[in-house]
Amino acid sequence: MHFKGTVHRYGRDVDTDVIIPARYLNTSDPAELAKHCLEDLDPTFVEKVQPGDIIVAEENFGCGSSREHAPIAIKAAGIDAVIAKSFARIFYRNSINTGLAILECPEAVDAIQDGHVVSVETETGTITDETTGQTFTAQPFPPFIADIIEQGGLINRTRKVLGKN
Amino acid sequence: MARPMTMAEKILAAHAGLEEVVPGQLIECDLDLVLANDITAPIAIQEFKKVGVDEVFDPTKIALVPDHYAPNKDIKSAEQAKIVRDFAREQGITHYYEVGCMGVEHALLPEQGVVGAGDLIIGADSHTCTYGALGAFSTGVGSTDAGIGLATGKAWFKVPESILFNIDGQLNPGVTGKDIILHIIGLIGVDGALYQAMEFRGSAIESLNMDERLSISNMAIEAGGKAGLIPVDDVTRAYMDGRVERPYTEYHSDPDAEYAQVINIKAEDIVPTVAFPHLPSNTRPASEARDINIDQAVIGSCTNGRIEDMRQAAAVLKGRKVHPYVRCIIIPATQQVYRQCIDEGLMDIFIESNCAVSTPTCGPCLGGYMGILAAGERAIATTNRNFVGRMGDPTSEVYLSSPAVAAASAVLGHIGLPEDLD
Repeated sequence: MHFKGTVHRYGRDVDTDVIIPARYLNTSDPAELAKHCLEDLDPTFVEKVQPGDIIVAEENFGCGSSREHAPIAIKAAGIDAVIAKSFARIFYRNSINTGLAILECPEAVDAIQDGHVVSVETETGTITDETTGQTFTAQPFPPFIADIIEQGGLINRTRKVLGKN
Repeated sequence: MARPMTMAEKILAAHAGLEEVVPGQLIECDLDLVLANDITAPIAIQEFKKVGVDEVFDPTKIALVPDHYAPNKDIKSAEQAKIVRDFAREQGITHYYEVGCMGVEHALLPEQGVVGAGDLIIGADSHTCTYGALGAFSTGVGSTDAGIGLATGKAWFKVPESILFNIDGQLNPGVTGKDIILHIIGLIGVDGALYQAMEFRGSAIESLNMDERLSISNMAIEAGGKAGLIPVDDVTRAYMDGRVERPYTEYHSDPDAEYAQVINIKAEDIVPTVAFPHLPSNTRPASEARDINIDQAVIGSCTNGRIEDMRQAAAVLKGRKVHPYVRCIIIPATQQVYRQCIDEGLMDIFIESNCAVSTPTCGPCLGGYMGILAAGERAIATTNRNFVGRMGDPTSEVYLSSPAVAAASAVLGHIGLPEDLD
């Protein structure tokens, strides 16, 4: 898949409590969750985010709770991809399962600045900073995970395994 | 003969039907238990329904615990809990716990014998790693993984590397399991064990009762850990015998098993510890935190809401009053702990010291209800996370500690140690 959008850049250890505070977890409606995405970290995020935008962050993005509401909120807020130096384990799984594109690429994170326009090619892991012209290559997904993504997520893959398609 | 393996690797291999596994290997495993709560189960149920099966894989191997916003805090959370309740009734889920029987899930399931040594468990709650203290491999997942687990009883795993923590020696007085795990997270950071299994061993661990061991494994996730295992010994067996419903299996790491890292810690180096805002790794000795005034103390949660935690808090609060500027909220984590607090006279101590005692709930730990902080307020809490806005307003602050330090701080009005009291 190809994505292109403006970067919102954050630091390390962006936890799931700031991605979607628990005070809003009395619902699982994506549109409701999106209204509060990242509000405790960056209250302006929801106002400035545009459909197709990209988040760039340092290490351990998505640490903390197992709430799948976190990648759901990010996706519903309009973000197509998150590029980070590393992801917390449960967030990584949840993103694969819910179809939020995630890319691990420390070099890209170091180079890309807030507000840059970046394009992402998920199949090849190619990240291009359109503002500077620099390109980077993210860590490729292991084949098993690439297969889940290719089949449209874990639910579709399981349906296929169970012969439900 | 199979390669030498860690206990984490052995449990995963056994559940994948393999003689051996190696770190990095992707495997599909049979699960002994799938867990979800009132926040994560509604999405798991929604995903389960998309799979296209009518029934769960085994209604006796699923635990649904409405504990986060139960007793329900508002209409929306009541609707979420109702989705879980209706599903539990429709599917005949054995381990559904209604309000009145309910407790904070990770205190409840070990107590009720639903989890045991050698189990492979996934839970749609990050603190599912708690059961590692019983010698199980248990790990937090999201709702989609849990939904697939409900349908198939299976999950995929990447076999993690293990880190061995050897904690040997005599613990200092007042040092608890909570201080040990805060000390470790302070050492290695909030992603120090990312994607890895943590294994805790050594004479200091062996000296701990089960409740304190559960506190240690509970916070493995705060170092990024996938699991936090403690070898089974006589303390574990005494806890599990007569309690665990199913036969349990002990898996012990081979002496020549490979670890990504071995970290030796002298028990004597660990002191009562407090994690400052806004990361559990931001630790300092409690003795260096006396200038921090507090507005609230919370004693409870899946980390420290068990009977031993209640006893430690009561020992400090006995004959004393909570500082007039502090709200001290005590939440026994299960009905059984609550009842035991009454039977042992702890409840009288709490009420006499002007504490508010709540029915079991996760409530304030995640900023749900039952003790939310206003702008700029500070709390000391025996909970597990102190992220921005975790317990309320984004400008509020949470300091993590053991029950004894939280209780002493509640009396003092600032962070302090039991020995600071008259």
